[in-house]
Amino acid sequence: MMLFSLKGAYRFWQRNAFIFRRIFPESLAVNFLEPVIYLLAMGFGLGAYLSTIGGLPYLVFVATGLVSTAAMFGATFECTYNAYVQMYYEKAYDAVITTPLNVEDVVVGEILWGATRSVLYGTVFLIVVAAFGVVRSPLALLIPALFMVSGLMFSVIAMTFTAVNPSIDYFTFYFALFITPMFMFSGVFFPLDALPAWVSTAAWLTPLSHVVSLARALALGTVEGRHMWDLVWMLVVTAALFPLPVVLMRRRLVK
Amino acid sequence: MVALVASPSRAVTMRSSVVRASGLTKRYGPIQAVDGISFEVRPGECFGFLGPNGAGKTSTMKMIYCVLPPTAGDLQVLGMDVRTRARQIKARLGVVTQDNTLDSALSVRENLVIFARYFDLPWREARRRADDLLEFVALADRADSKVEQLSGGMRRRLMVARALVSQPDLLVLDEPTTGLDPQARQLTWEKLRQLKRTGVTQILTTHYMEEAAALCDRIVIMDQARVVAEGAPADLVRAHVGREVVELRGLQDGEAILKVVGDLADGHEALSDLLLLYTADGEALLHRIREQGLVVEAATLRRATLEDVFLKLTGRTLRD
Repeated sequence: MMLFSLKGAYRFWQRNAFIFRRIFPESLAVNFLEPVIYLLAMGFGLGAYLSTIGGLPYLVFVATGLVSTAAMFGATFECTYNAYVQMYYEKAYDAVITTPLNVEDVVVGEILWGATRSVLYGTVFLIVVAAFGVVRSPLALLIPALFMVSGLMFSVIAMTFTAVNPSIDYFTFYFALFITPMFMFSGVFFPLDALPAWVSTAAWLTPLSHVVSLARALALGTVEGRHMWDLVWMLVVTAALFPLPVVLMRRRLVK
Repeated sequence: MVALVASPSRAVTMRSSVVRASGLTKRYGPIQAVDGISFEVRPGECFGFLGPNGAGKTSTMKMIYCVLPPTAGDLQVLGMDVRTRARQIKARLGVVTQDNTLDSALSVRENLVIFARYFDLPWREARRRADDLLEFVALADRADSKVEQLSGGMRRRLMVARALVSQPDLLVLDEPTTGLDPQARQLTWEKLRQLKRTGVTQILTTHYMEEAAALCDRIVIMDQARVVAEGAPADLVRAHVGREVVELRGLQDGEAILKVVGDLADGHEALSDLLLLYTADGEALLHRIREQGLVVEAATLRRATLEDVFLKLTGRTLRD
């Protein structure tokens, strides 16, 4: 693996930020839509039939979980569809690597940008649900920092898939087989400890479950020692996978 | 005055060659794209690579602008090894890739400003250069347009402008005018000639002979991954085909004609119904054919061009 330069990565991040600035409101609105629909349907619709989960009103339980999925989608869309269009159709990477930036800088810049979008989407969503009175602790102020970590994690995973993805059509598989099941089985809509032991063990292996667990604890002020392991899990997985997209993208772009 | 006393490293490269390749080789699996070629580009010149599709021109360009590692051989650009100092080399290059790679999410002007940032120019300087360059390539009035609203010629000129934001010592152009109409091509040539007068060394690839003849001081002709000829365009024409070409159409007996013209022709090329005779004295050759009363439907005398050299050396088979 050739070394990336932090300055080079920052330059590519800056390009993305420059472009994003102008489509910011629309783009944010679209990425919001999905979690908000879930919030309305589950929180108010389904919630009307449920009393409480673990002592929490269902709306509070779901909303504090959906914050994390909003953040996940922010990073995931950036590093799947957006990155692929930039790389394959727009040939933006081909242009940038003729400058002092190299492939590694571009990939790392894209991952950092994915994490940034994750923080943006997650935080704005957090502010929206706070209006429903679901945030109960000042520890919630740490959630954006958590989303920087989880954003890096989801960006690294998505970018790895993008680097080996033969065609834009295959992102459907990424979403159908990875993102959607994770969305359903990571403790967003129901607590994992209510499930058979093997299911909650399987869920523990999914990246999103750790984000949900930690973000909810921060929003509600119920942080315990075990939450430390969620953070460690994310950091270890992110660090371990980080070289993958960088190496695979070089292999793809430089023959 | 500071600008005239350039950095010492630059002064050194200016004395020696800008690009020096020896035994340069590129393989993609079993495919030999570039097969041990050697060449040298001198400071301030315009150096052209000619060749049919698949000859290895683009692979060579990509190795020069450091996005494709050579399989073997040595390649020095601006006095540095492409394998170890790609970043430093690229900081001093301007590159026009074969495909347009403009950012469609950005305006014409923003394309230049953002690109300048990759070279660490401050925003202010980036904006100043962008405006100057848009003026230079006659796109100032389109500064706020979207890239999609530009014609093919305008996009190509914007690519050239973008390659110049870093004030490069070496400009690499991979087929700068392919697909452009004659007016757009003339305008691009004019800009490249203007740049050359300011001392920017240029390397370009093309399969337009008139482009090579119009712009290049020296060229190499590549075919099947190798260099088959090298020199100034006029010298190549003289050395390989002579001064003039007589084109004969509608021949009844090509063999008889060759016999008649004898040593007046330095060489010939036979096509389905066309015979090309390379000669130093076309008038004399035509006179002899008429004298002998040989039947020819049409006879044309013209100056030999690079195209004759090209076809003679690379053959007439279609390359894809």
